[in-house]
Amino acid sequence: MAIEIDLLKSVPYFLGLSTAELEAIKQHVFEQSAQRNDMILLEEEASQAVYFVVSGVVKVFKTSVEGKEQILCIVKAGESFNDIAVFDGGPNPASVIAMTPVVLYGITKTDMETILRKHPNLATNVIKILSKKVRHFVSLVEDLSFRHVTDRLAKLLLEYATDHGRISEGEGQRPRLTQQEMAAMVGTAREVVGRSLKALEEEGAIRMDRHRIVVVNKKLLQEMSGVTGG
Amino acid sequence: MLVKPLLHEALCNGCGLCLTVCECGALVLVRNVIKIIEVESCGYCTECELVCPTGAIECPFEIVIEDSIEITIEE
Ligand code: SF4
Ligand code: SF4
Repeated sequence: MAIEIDLLKSVPYFLGLSTAELEAIKQHVFEQSAQRNDMILLEEEASQAVYFVVSGVVKVFKTSVEGKEQILCIVKAGESFNDIAVFDGGPNPASVIAMTPVVLYGITKTDMETILRKHPNLATNVIKILSKKVRHFVSLVEDLSFRHVTDRLAKLLLEYATDHGRISEGEGQRPRLTQQEMAAMVGTAREVVGRSLKALEEEGAIRMDRHRIVVVNKKLLQEMSGVTGG
Repeated sequence: MLVKPLLHEALCNGCGLCLTVCECGALVLVRNVIKIIEVESCGYCTECELVCPTGAIECPFEIVIEDSIEITIEE
């Protein structure tokens, strides 16, 4: 399939570039597709290219020594991944897997260097994109390294369960929260909420029961959230 | 009755991404609009919500307390 200029235009990297410039850049772009659950990049392997998602969704993640997965970000159409490795020449900082069938555009490291030399105004876009990513990762690091998100989530669950939550009462009328909403309420990213819920479940404070989060150890949640008594 | 993910059909652009992550075939596109047919098989994994680019799917949770636990509201 040929690389389409219109698709390139919609990628933030190439914002503001003329059609002539994009035509020139196009020569360096390759297309790659993947099926759901295909590994696209492996953490720590030598990096080859920066990728732009044309269609589909990929997941960027790291795996801990114990085999636990931490999602770093979900990358959707128009967005890029593996930029860092391409610019600093290091290995892939994280693994990337296709969550759906995906079509990607890629530019190799050497080609990216050539493109940047020829089209220096692209650098402004790249700086903006990288800064946005750094900001995302900084807040992720903060939330993951300090206990406070899990604690704040514990407090939120406790409040909701206490106010609305007898199983036998009010079926179907209770307010419901998406993970995105919980993230907004405790001031974090959805990626962190997913992990915190898992942590709370492993610690035996809650049980995930389909569309329900069941508080099974209220005392534990109270301790975590700094609420005493009860 | 089993609770299913909330669909906001007006937001659905018919891209089909949710169908491809849904392991259990609970979702279908009918005339390019998302529908849930197999509610029974939906495990509420929230993957469809995660990949939907338009916010057309939401998987909200009820937060409840086990009946065996005494509820005392103390701050
Ligand atoms: S992912 Fe969202 S927009 Fe795409 S088909 Fe599913 S519900 Fe519709
Ligand atoms: S929550 Fe999971 S199982 Fe249910 S419809 Fe969405 S992807 Fe399918």
